[in-house]
Amino acid sequence: MSEPKKVQGDLVLSHVTKSFGDFTAVDDLSLTIPKGSFFALLGPSGCGKTTTLRMIAGLEEPTSGTISIGSTDITDTKPYERPVNTVFQNYALFPHLTIFENVAFGLRRRGIKNVDAEVERVLNLVELSHLKSRKPGQLSGGQQQRIALARAVVNKPALLLLDEPLGALDLKLRRQMQIELKWIQTEVGITFVHVTHDQEEAMTMADTVAVMNNGRIEQMGSPAELYENPRTVFVANFLGQSNFIDGSIEGTDGDNVIANLHGVRIVFPKTRNNANGKAVKVGIRPEKFRLHDAGSSAAGNVLTGGIITDISFFGVSTQYMVEMPWKQELMVFEQNDGGAPDLAKGDAVTLSWEPQFTFALDGTDPSQAK
Amino acid sequence: MTHWLSKNLIRIYAVLAIFFILLPIFYTVAFSFNDAQKRNISWQGFTLTAWLNPCEPIGICEALGNSFKVGIPATILATVMGTMIAFALGRYNFRGRGTTNLLIFLPMATPEVVLGASLLSMFINIKVGSGLLPVIIAHTMFCVSFVVVTVKARVASLDPKLEEAARDLYASEWETFRRVTLPLVAPGIAAAALLSFALSFDDFIITNFNSGVVDTFPEYVWTAALRGVPPQANVIGTLMFIIALAFVFAGQVLSKRRLTK
Repeated sequence: MSEPKKVQGDLVLSHVTKSFGDFTAVDDLSLTIPKGSFFALLGPSGCGKTTTLRMIAGLEEPTSGTISIGSTDITDTKPYERPVNTVFQNYALFPHLTIFENVAFGLRRRGIKNVDAEVERVLNLVELSHLKSRKPGQLSGGQQQRIALARAVVNKPALLLLDEPLGALDLKLRRQMQIELKWIQTEVGITFVHVTHDQEEAMTMADTVAVMNNGRIEQMGSPAELYENPRTVFVANFLGQSNFIDGSIEGTDGDNVIANLHGVRIVFPKTRNNANGKAVKVGIRPEKFRLHDAGSSAAGNVLTGGIITDISFFGVSTQYMVEMPWKQELMVFEQNDGGAPDLAKGDAVTLSWEPQFTFALDGTDPSQAK
Repeated sequence: MTHWLSKNLIRIYAVLAIFFILLPIFYTVAFSFNDAQKRNISWQGFTLTAWLNPCEPIGICEALGNSFKVGIPATILATVMGTMIAFALGRYNFRGRGTTNLLIFLPMATPEVVLGASLLSMFINIKVGSGLLPVIIAHTMFCVSFVVVTVKARVASLDPKLEEAARDLYASEWETFRRVTLPLVAPGIAAAALLSFALSFDDFIITNFNSGVVDTFPEYVWTAALRGVPPQANVIGTLMFIIALAFVFAGQVLSKRRLTK
């Protein structure tokens, strides 16, 4: 009988690298996930997020580096010796066992008494105890998902890993499960590590999101921090949409940086400058722009000489495409709350935005996304 | 009329096809009740004599016993070896895997007469001679191929995620195999074992080359055919058919219950 070690604490990955032949899936990754948090690893397919998860689960061995929970090094332990359970993509429920036996599987392997009560308790938590004598094949996708969660949670692991757990569900069910997952996490108080490529899912559920790209973490922080102040083009594009205007930094003025964008001077806070040299990519989210009739005055950073080339009505907002004098099209979202002037295609407009909404990225940032 | 025909063509075809397949079996069963005198060829009238005295013809039950003496060990050996090979081929990448795959097919592709003749000379050369033992070895050899092919298909369709899930849920390698892998591959193994036994029980050519003075059931029937096959042969054939049918039926019921309860 393999009793997993009774360990508690933060999950710490230290200089973890995983190579498959010439391909480096995870590249010198160091990461601390605080105990009890809901942590999301977000990134496109092939970014190394699933490999990272599998290494934490013990299903994959790191080429180098260590993984520990609290002060216990678990790098070289077998999956069944770790206080870690996984909710697999497509659930991986055992088709030959009943729902009850699926959930009881981990408890029975550890020789735990009182299996019935424990299983009943988590089946009630996911509200499916009436299906306990069925086989997985007779359940819907959403029900299977919840059983997969129950099968992992029942073991009270120090860490629960979720590998794209909602990927196979339709949109409506996914939304519902997002809320339920978040609720269950607070209920059981286990550290959740959630791997997903869906930025909205990561942002709505996780306390902390790490954006991964090419086996490295591009940026880590709260969802709001990542959205408002992305430090690379990759992160900016992976979480929402952005406009980037190339410019050069001319100097500083107190806490502000002064930059020149195609002959127009703009400012932004020093704290939002991620440029290494003079070349800068100035990023503005489409909803941060304000639209004005050409000629009218505007506060903040101002860009004049725009021509509206396209208007799309989205209901809650309207999207405008505005061509600037340097032939770049910028995207602007205006809330449909009567605040924006009545505009039509071909109208001349002025754009403005508040300096603190600017995020300045390095002008040589090569990363492309989407 | 043509409309009716075009609507029911597929049904007519199906009935004819099933009839074609089942007719010889029906004939076997019916003639086990024939009141045959010397030759069990034309219908002489209904009787239960053959069913009540199945071992009456000299040597028939001894031959049947020999068939079991060969079939059971050959089935066990072939199933165990074949299952192991199937896991190796279906699961692992190793040098010579492609060649092994090809070699596994060879016994199925080689004409049985050739195989039987060369096996005989081989067994004589290595001083094993003829008898039941060389027949068991020969049957194991060709049954392994069928077991590998059958079980490998089942292993290939097994989601490796299920084994990962088991290990993740505190099952050691052995427990994972016993609780998850084996139960999921078991239907394939059972099918392979049934197929092996049927192939072994059925085999005449290779057996005839290597069995020497002892006769298996097919050899008995072959020899008996020269002077007239007794209806008892039909009785035994019918019984084997019923047993096979029972196995298939049980398998169906079991696999249905496994997935629904």
